[in-house]
Amino acid sequence: MDQLIQHLVNTLILGGTYALLGIGLTLIFGIMNVVNFTHGALYTVGAYLTYLAVAALGLDLFLALPVAILGGLLLGALIEIVLLRPLRGQDIDTTMLVMIGAGIVLQSGTLWIFGGVAKAVPSPFPEAPLQIGPASVSWLRLFVLGAALLLIGLTYALINRTKLGLAMRATFQDADTAALMGVNVRVIYTATFAMGSALAAAAGALLGPVYVVHPQMGGPAELKAFAIVILGGLGNVTGAAIGGFILALAEELGAGYISSGYRDAMGFLIIIAVLLYRPTGLFAKAERVG
Amino acid sequence: MSRLLHALPPLALLAALAALPLALGSNPYLLNALIVTGILTIGAMSLNLLLGYTGQLSLGHIAFFGIGAYVSALTSLGFDVELGFGLRAVHEPWPAAVGFVLAVVAAGACGYLIGRLSFRVRGAYFVLVTISFAEVVRLVALNWVELTQGPLALTNIPAITLGLPGLGTWTLRTKLQNYYLVLAVGTLCWFVVARLVGARFGRAMRGLKENESLALSVGINATRTLTVAAVVSAAMAGAAGSLYAHYLRIIDPEVFAFTTTVGMVIMVVAGGKGTLMGPVVGGLIFGLLPVALRPVMAPEAQWIVYGLVLIVILFVMPRGIVPGLAGLVRRRPARAVPVLEASPEAPR
Repeated sequence: MDQLIQHLVNTLILGGTYALLGIGLTLIFGIMNVVNFTHGALYTVGAYLTYLAVAALGLDLFLALPVAILGGLLLGALIEIVLLRPLRGQDIDTTMLVMIGAGIVLQSGTLWIFGGVAKAVPSPFPEAPLQIGPASVSWLRLFVLGAALLLIGLTYALINRTKLGLAMRATFQDADTAALMGVNVRVIYTATFAMGSALAAAAGALLGPVYVVHPQMGGPAELKAFAIVILGGLGNVTGAAIGGFILALAEELGAGYISSGYRDAMGFLIIIAVLLYRPTGLFAKAERVG
Repeated sequence: MSRLLHALPPLALLAALAALPLALGSNPYLLNALIVTGILTIGAMSLNLLLGYTGQLSLGHIAFFGIGAYVSALTSLGFDVELGFGLRAVHEPWPAAVGFVLAVVAAGACGYLIGRLSFRVRGAYFVLVTISFAEVVRLVALNWVELTQGPLALTNIPAITLGLPGLGTWTLRTKLQNYYLVLAVGTLCWFVVARLVGARFGRAMRGLKENESLALSVGINATRTLTVAAVVSAAMAGAAGSLYAHYLRIIDPEVFAFTTTVGMVIMVVAGGKGTLMGPVVGGLIFGLLPVALRPVMAPEAQWIVYGLVLIVILFVMPRGIVPGLAGLVRRRPARAVPVLEASPEAPR
């Protein structure tokens, strides 16, 4: 029982960052119809920006997070303008391959610059964990959960309460009609990709200090993000948020009670099962899988 | 006459490849690079069958390569595993050549199963399902330590022994022997692909790629066509994996690395997907690029170059090097003839 409670606490912490990753990807996937194979690389970049900000600039973790988010925002905008904008209207496979190429460049770039040795980001929090009944949580992980929930809330507010969010939702429903109504779809695409990338970088910035930062961390994270998006349904932000927690739960329980070696298999099994038996995701009302 | 003209470039390439070791002398480094390149090129040729001819971007192709490598290695090494419920599987080592055959069969069978499941979805979803299958297989290879030794790798895999009745047997231990073995298997795969795509079946595949609804409406059985393509493609990848295992004589779960799939995709896309020559040309260029780049840059920087080349090719020569150059030679780019064009004799 105690073990189960500990697993549930871990699920909450992990689920928050997974939700961030998933929301970023589902926005890009849903609004732009781009399978973003740079998502994992941006997660890595976010983690390394935090490492740089803390280790090289001497900032604390609270200031490093905005640095990472800003970096993700700018890099995402750059990728969209340079690579995706000229490819608009191309088939999905071409953009997918270009994104794979960009992902390789970013990942190998971080490996080249920072080397293959994993880096630890120093934590400003006390070592002793917080005891809640039988479960214990480190202060760092609590901060990660709080920051993730705050960012999820801000994303929701941006999508549902601002003019930009309205334009994004309109573009998701029908880009042509949105353009006719005066929405600058090109700007919306750039904003969407930049925002999704910023969320991926934020997730990396939050999980980097919890684990360690290394150039290959993005690969598994990216595939987890795809699992979350598929679980939640294409372009479904709420679905992605819930999907993040479901994947975290599946991983925690799978690692705890089946075998820790198969922790990363959970996301793939979810992708396979959902796509083959309920391809519109768990929460979709009516969407077509093309 | 035109048939002969068409057969000329591949025959010239084959002759050049067969003569290459003579020109190189016995430089083991270059020969090794050529063998690995050849094996990956076979993988690229098999991927081309799916990606180039049916238009299905499978990013889990490495699963079949790895399954072929492991089946072949385990057949020739033997194993003894506990299956649970008191069951035990014990296998005495068999000759490596049998392992090769079983690798082809097993990879083909996995291609059938995974294909049947994955072809229920298309586009981005197909890509993600195929990646997921490959990663699950990799995790099994990593975690089923009793069978696969996990990260400790399977070692001492025997080399392939070939025998002809009355002529004796050869164990292919040297690099030169392995080079010609890879060349022979590659040539065989070329013929299999050429026969398949040149026949009615090839038109069915291309029809599905260009317009699936239209292809269905003229009576092409999509599931059957795609499944056959997947089985042949997987079996060829399995053959490549087997060659890899018996050449390197050590394999670990890294044979399932996603980057190897990406490497094969780059070979196919850069060379020219949907052409016979494309994957071979792409395979030779990208397989040997590390040899050319090694003196000037670190391995991680080489992957930056690959990524950039993939992007640049997709922007500049989206159909690939071979069709691009062929278009330049003919001055006027050949118009792609839709397979399912309405017949001109049809009454208007």
